[in-house]
Amino acid sequence: MPNFIMSYLGSTVTPGEAGNQFWALMYVLIIFAGVSVAVMAMNWLERKALAHFQIRLGPMRVGPHGLLQPIADALKLMLKEDIIPAEADQFVFWVAPLIGLLASFTVYTVIPFGPSQAVSDMNIGILFMLGVSSLGVLGIVVAGWASNSHYPLIGALRSSAQMVSYEVAMGLAVVSAILMTSLNDKGTGTLSMIGIVQSQQQQGIWFIFKFFPLGFIAFGIFAIAMIAETNRAPFDMAEAESELTAGYHTEYSGLRWSLFMLAEYAAMIAVSSIAVTLWLGGWMRPFPNLLHAPAWDFIFSLFPGLTFLGLAAIALIGTARMPSHSFFKVQRIGLGGFAVLLGFIALVLLAIAAAGRSVETSLAARFNEGIGYVYWFVLKVAVFMYLFIWYRATWPRYRFDQLMRIGWKVMLPISLGVLVVTAIVGVLVK
Amino acid sequence: MTENDVSSRGLSGLDQSRLDRSRLDQSRFDQSNLDLETPEKPYLDSNELIINMGPQHPATHGVLRVILKLDGEKVLGTECVIGYLHRGVEKIAENRTYAMFNPYVDRMDYVAAVSNGLGYCEAVEKLLNVEAPARAKYIRVILTELNRIASHQLWLGTHALDIGAMTPLFYTFRDREEILKIFERYCGARLTTHAFRIGGCQYETYAGFEKEVKNFLTFFAPKIDEYEALLTTNRIWLERTKNVGVISAADAIALGVTGPVLRASGVKWDLRKAQPYAAYADFDFEIPIGENGDTYDRYLVRMVEMRQSMRIIEQAVNGIPEGPIMGKVPKVIKPPVGEIYHSIEAPKGELGYFIVSDGSTQPYRIRVRPPSFVNLQALDIMVRGLLVADVVAVIGTLDIVLGEVDR
Repeated sequence: MPNFIMSYLGSTVTPGEAGNQFWALMYVLIIFAGVSVAVMAMNWLERKALAHFQIRLGPMRVGPHGLLQPIADALKLMLKEDIIPAEADQFVFWVAPLIGLLASFTVYTVIPFGPSQAVSDMNIGILFMLGVSSLGVLGIVVAGWASNSHYPLIGALRSSAQMVSYEVAMGLAVVSAILMTSLNDKGTGTLSMIGIVQSQQQQGIWFIFKFFPLGFIAFGIFAIAMIAETNRAPFDMAEAESELTAGYHTEYSGLRWSLFMLAEYAAMIAVSSIAVTLWLGGWMRPFPNLLHAPAWDFIFSLFPGLTFLGLAAIALIGTARMPSHSFFKVQRIGLGGFAVLLGFIALVLLAIAAAGRSVETSLAARFNEGIGYVYWFVLKVAVFMYLFIWYRATWPRYRFDQLMRIGWKVMLPISLGVLVVTAIVGVLVK
Repeated sequence: MTENDVSSRGLSGLDQSRLDRSRLDQSRFDQSNLDLETPEKPYLDSNELIINMGPQHPATHGVLRVILKLDGEKVLGTECVIGYLHRGVEKIAENRTYAMFNPYVDRMDYVAAVSNGLGYCEAVEKLLNVEAPARAKYIRVILTELNRIASHQLWLGTHALDIGAMTPLFYTFRDREEILKIFERYCGARLTTHAFRIGGCQYETYAGFEKEVKNFLTFFAPKIDEYEALLTTNRIWLERTKNVGVISAADAIALGVTGPVLRASGVKWDLRKAQPYAAYADFDFEIPIGENGDTYDRYLVRMVEMRQSMRIIEQAVNGIPEGPIMGKVPKVIKPPVGEIYHSIEAPKGELGYFIVSDGSTQPYRIRVRPPSFVNLQALDIMVRGLLVADVVAVIGTLDIVLGEVDR
């Protein structure tokens, strides 16, 4: 095996820091593929969960329980006619979805799925993330403008006004979390995403519980602002379908439209990752300091395998509950096969957990550790994803001016106050 | 391309003069506080934007086209363009016998077809000077009130959807299905029911009708609470509906607005109480009224109305008399020369039929006073100065059906 592959394997830093281009590229590819798959899964999950909130079944036809629906959708969108309106600004219209996509995917370079499971660890990681993820709104504004049509234009204007109103409160909430990272012996904080998680580990507390309720309020403000940032219900004014038909992407169709959707969902995952990193301990499993005995390590390392085992069980139950009519034969085989696949993954994960326990310093142990980090990170992000769906099913849509009012008159003062109080409490505690 | 070109393209063939509000300015009601034609201080130094909402738009409840004149998002004026669903129902009536025209009225307000049928049948009965038997009247009341609930359910679902709450739509449609099942078992049709005939009812109630209606009442009572749990105290819902689309009682009366929209402005006017028809005089129920005349009050009024309708249905089912269901109506309906106006309280407001008879088997002229059409007039003064998002909320709260507006 070439040296540039093997040399990194024992490393405890990110490939970016280690200067290993090969593994950095591998990580980029893995993340790109992973996020795309996550977006597809989210697409299916949203339709299913929303349907069940609304006493419907959701997609049921394409594959068992509509499991292949996202693939069918993607194929359909690729094959659809790609219309550029005659009076649109052709080039800008073409480039707008790419801006959004680029912005939401670039963010992933600094998201730490584990202490070394990130493409790179920038010392200004959080600034980079906030800056780049805000660029996404540029794609929306440009798309609305280039369409040269009224509804998209209004959608674009709403989107930019929304971003301006929420970015400030969001930024201040983030600053109060960063302030908490400086409460260590050295007295210096960090902007690095990995550093933020590590300082939560050192202080032995997730920042959401730090100086309760200060951390909680800051987290709450971020959690609200991130919904506005990603244009999701109840802040989905930019694409409010009952007001602006489809808002900024009214004129878009086919693949270009799907790029907007991909960007939106990727951005949702990205901002959830920021929230998880800043307040919910990032990749850390629950109680890493309190329950740090090897036995506890082993028990927590079983979780990924058990989760997949649970998913396999759900799929198996689904298979068993399918009607015995011959029409469902293919679907039964498909879902059964899916259950077997999930069960196989579960067994592999459990085997790795067992191997990692028996041989402490081996590659398996390291691999086991990595799986744990990614697992807990993804689980926390998944909770946010579910909340996004829940909000959408439950709440009406805010009005444009009400949203601005809340942003400026409620969230901004609160986040400013939380920042100041956090600083004072921090000084007093030291 | 200049900015003028951009803003005028939205008109698509209509010239600016059509947006002139001078006709409204001459109307009777007070307009002093409505003069929002030119903003004192525009948000930005920008041109006015004229956009078409509809006829194909997710929130226009059919094929309503509203031309909006906007300053940014602020609505300076609106113009409704109707007629996309015009079928000439009133003209068709002149070439049909009285009995033949009966099914056509179902197609006007197709979400409250039973009410339409009731109004027409009662108008012709009045013209013929016959009266439906008591049992027929009770059946009519039960079905009409069920239809009122169904209509309000559809209103609630779509109104909430317009404001962005998706889920109530599915809940209301789930529960509306139970009403439609009763209709289907009674007369074979779910939507365009043609349930009543001139002089009474065609069909006797089916076996188990009373039981099914009572079952529906027990089934539906907790469902209204479910809708209210989702919306009534919801902060966003309150912000989106309170003080939105306010219409004063005086304006509402001047514009001829009726139904829940009028009652939400504080006018206690319900034809079921004011001039009881069918068997409504027998029942004990209340007329809910609002205070502010805003979208939230209209929402509350309709929610209470659903509960009151349940009260009426319960009393009617329990007190339904035995006897014939068809009055003494000649085989060939040939009313005497004359004219008649009869109106009922449809779910959306006063539904009136003006029938002129020349003594033949066909009406000489029928004119329908559709509540949706009249209520739609109020849209302009209700949305002036509000935002685009409020326009869809107000269209939803007016509860219009374009089949009835255009006829």
